[in-house]
Amino acid sequence: MVELTVNGETVAVDADADTPLLWALRDHLGLTGTKYGCGGGFCGTCTVHLDGKAVRSCRTPLSLVAGAEITTIEGLSPDSGHPLQQAWIAEQVPQCGYCQSGQIMQAATLLDSNPNPSREEIVQHMNGVICRCGTYTRIVAAIELAAKEV
Amino acid sequence: MTTTPASGMNISRRQFLGGAAGITFAVGIGSHGTWLVAEAAANTAGCDIGAWVSITPDNKITIITPAAEMGQGSMTGVPVALAEELDADWSQVTLQMAPAEPGIYGYGSGNNKRMMIVGSRGVRSYFEQMRLAGAQVRKLLVQAAASEWGVDAATLVTHPNTVVDPVNDRSLSYGEIAAFAEVPEELPSVSRDELKNPGDFRLIGTPVARRDIPAKVDGSAQYSIDVQLPGMVYASVVHAPVQLAKPEGWNDAAVRNLPGVVDIVGLEHGVAVVCDTFEHVLAARRALDVEWDHSAEARGFDSEPMLDSGYAEVMSDRDSEVRVIDTAGMGGAAFDKASKVFKAEYRSDYGYHAQMEPLNAVARFNEAGDQVEIWEGTQAPGSSRAAVARALGFESSQVVHNQQYLGGGFGRRSISDYTIEAALVARATRLPVKMIWTREEDLAFGMFRPQNLQCVEAALDDQGKIAGWRHCVVGDGGGLIYSGINIEEYYSVPNRQIETRGTSHGIRLKHWRAVARPFNLFAIESLVDEMAAAEGLDPFEFRHERMALTPKAKAVFDAVEKLSDWHTPRQEGRALGLSVSECSGSLGAGVVEISLDPERGRIRVHKVWVAIDGGIVVQPDMARANIESGVIYGLSSVLKERATIKGGAVEQTNFDSYELLRMSEAPEEIHVEFIQRDTPPTGLGEIGNPFIAAAVANAFHALTGKRLYHMPFVPERVHTVLAT
Repeated sequence: MVELTVNGETVAVDADADTPLLWALRDHLGLTGTKYGCGGGFCGTCTVHLDGKAVRSCRTPLSLVAGAEITTIEGLSPDSGHPLQQAWIAEQVPQCGYCQSGQIMQAATLLDSNPNPSREEIVQHMNGVICRCGTYTRIVAAIELAAKEV
Repeated sequence: MTTTPASGMNISRRQFLGGAAGITFAVGIGSHGTWLVAEAAANTAGCDIGAWVSITPDNKITIITPAAEMGQGSMTGVPVALAEELDADWSQVTLQMAPAEPGIYGYGSGNNKRMMIVGSRGVRSYFEQMRLAGAQVRKLLVQAAASEWGVDAATLVTHPNTVVDPVNDRSLSYGEIAAFAEVPEELPSVSRDELKNPGDFRLIGTPVARRDIPAKVDGSAQYSIDVQLPGMVYASVVHAPVQLAKPEGWNDAAVRNLPGVVDIVGLEHGVAVVCDTFEHVLAARRALDVEWDHSAEARGFDSEPMLDSGYAEVMSDRDSEVRVIDTAGMGGAAFDKASKVFKAEYRSDYGYHAQMEPLNAVARFNEAGDQVEIWEGTQAPGSSRAAVARALGFESSQVVHNQQYLGGGFGRRSISDYTIEAALVARATRLPVKMIWTREEDLAFGMFRPQNLQCVEAALDDQGKIAGWRHCVVGDGGGLIYSGINIEEYYSVPNRQIETRGTSHGIRLKHWRAVARPFNLFAIESLVDEMAAAEGLDPFEFRHERMALTPKAKAVFDAVEKLSDWHTPRQEGRALGLSVSECSGSLGAGVVEISLDPERGRIRVHKVWVAIDGGIVVQPDMARANIESGVIYGLSSVLKERATIKGGAVEQTNFDSYELLRMSEAPEEIHVEFIQRDTPPTGLGEIGNPFIAAAVANAFHALTGKRLYHMPFVPERVHTVLAT
């Protein structure tokens, strides 16, 4: 049994300490907004926040996250009201949508530390999250739009 | 997204109508209002009846949306056409995903109706059918209002969700009409002539927001990988490294002793481990040691020597099996009279779909074991349902199919190999099963865009015009290596001989976005550029003067020449390249602006301009998004993606070895222009992809004076070419 703090709530997960956080979130806690893409930390689809930092949950064992604050896409805002979520809608970013939780969670940590990023800073920060549908140009536009709101 | 067919509908009356397009409808007045249903549905009245449209007294409209939503926007774009002719108030429209019933919800006619969304078929295949259905409902509502008011229906008009009587200054909402509507014995017929003129469109051509997007920014959109059922177990299949080898035995007892292992199920081409959690599945997969048989055709196959030299032997072997794709005029004999001949060979590697959601499906049998329920995201709900039934020895009626959002399709999700595995494992374990291929499995047991060698030759007559064209493709995969090879779609070369020479390697192959066009157009348009350069002509000028452009091609080339400001010199270190694009009835032309890092052998595409004739553009922003997507998907393949086979096994294992384009490598700007047309829509899901390879290779030549003949243009190949 491992105790976690997810989206502000403390929960107990009946899983081994070496279980990747991804599967604890998805299968044990039913937070399926965080997606499995590669299991190797290469694609960034499974990105969540750990004490405000973006991490790949597929490569993060539960033993490393006890006591930390974990935030998933479900906990980013209560009502899709985060400026990034609104900007994602305004720019009609998602296509298949599968990577977009990871994209948004990755982007959120950029705006937290740098409310007015340049295009180069956006690209550098977002480069670890793959979008196979190729929504990259819209993601940049949406982050720039959200930055104006923050 | 719900997939439950409309239920609770108490049809008291139904009638048939022979529509002009051969589509028949029935209307029923139920407790909820007026429904327009397909004839096939009406024939099974009394059980689950599907319906295209329902209008309820609260003035709400529900439209069933039939096309798989894999990111292209068809879920929203297809029903827009119905709403347009119905004069629906789009803000009052709810969409509901159609069940897997091609006889009701398929495009096409008769016994050949299909729901399969491949070849950019979503909007283009449903467009007219949807418009006619919408027009028919509108007509019915107008007639009902006319009868209520005792006026001639011809004096009435419609505004969104409202029938208006301008003479007597009164109106009725569609909801009000649905509450009292009496449906006549004979339904009003509609013909194409009664459809709106494009100038009167309110929704078509005006961007509406995609209905799937809000759920895709808060994590609530449900893909099959997200489905959770009570008592569900998790499974994954280990397939042979050598594609299609069969399991002969495995360390069953040892793996069964691992924590959480529920079952181990032998399948034709793999072994499924079934556990209580997916993390236990991953551990069991690692521990599983399978003996594979040695009968697989792929055994011993090495893709690189085959592509480097093996295919050339097939091409020059007079006894190899030739399939003629196109021959015209004198065919290859035009070369006997040529004043000049150009010839070049091109190569292309295997390509992997790499949809972001690894293949998966959920299956659950009923207690009696005579019905299975499936959850999956598929491009082909009807054929998947039938394929699962066949694999189980069931009738289709014994398979309940729940369509989900697709985390990418690109052709891979038009076949149900993974879904069948989920069903077989669920039957063996008698438990609800979520079967997920790991990314490694998805790649190792992938179905690839085939590698190939192409030889293209062009004969110039004494005026320098292209009089003869020969194109031969060698590779495995039949139609997968020659789609889009027909240059008469854009060039009017009088003498043509186009053929393939097949081989077989036992590697699983499949349609990939734009199928063979990404490499066929690479070869065709690279040679065209080579000839233009050799003749000292601008690439546009050469095509106009020597290639006899079709009118449609001339329009897109003219448009992209202007859009890209082609004749304005670029900054130092940048160059432009041009290529035609063609797919699914659409024609385009694209220009890219590149730079090169010669030390690292890296090509960077900074800007892209594309002009496309896709007929009526139903949803301009979604259409543009499709082109942007095609451009980046194409560019990823052209610059980075290569799958290789060694000893029958795929060498790449995950996204560290099969690399996809990342944001830092994506173009900074993609400019898209659609030629204004009133012709029916053609496919836009793939047209953004095929021009990229040749455009990049041609820009590379403009920049360096060297030519790239083997895609992808990975650093080692760029270095080799630069050193020549």
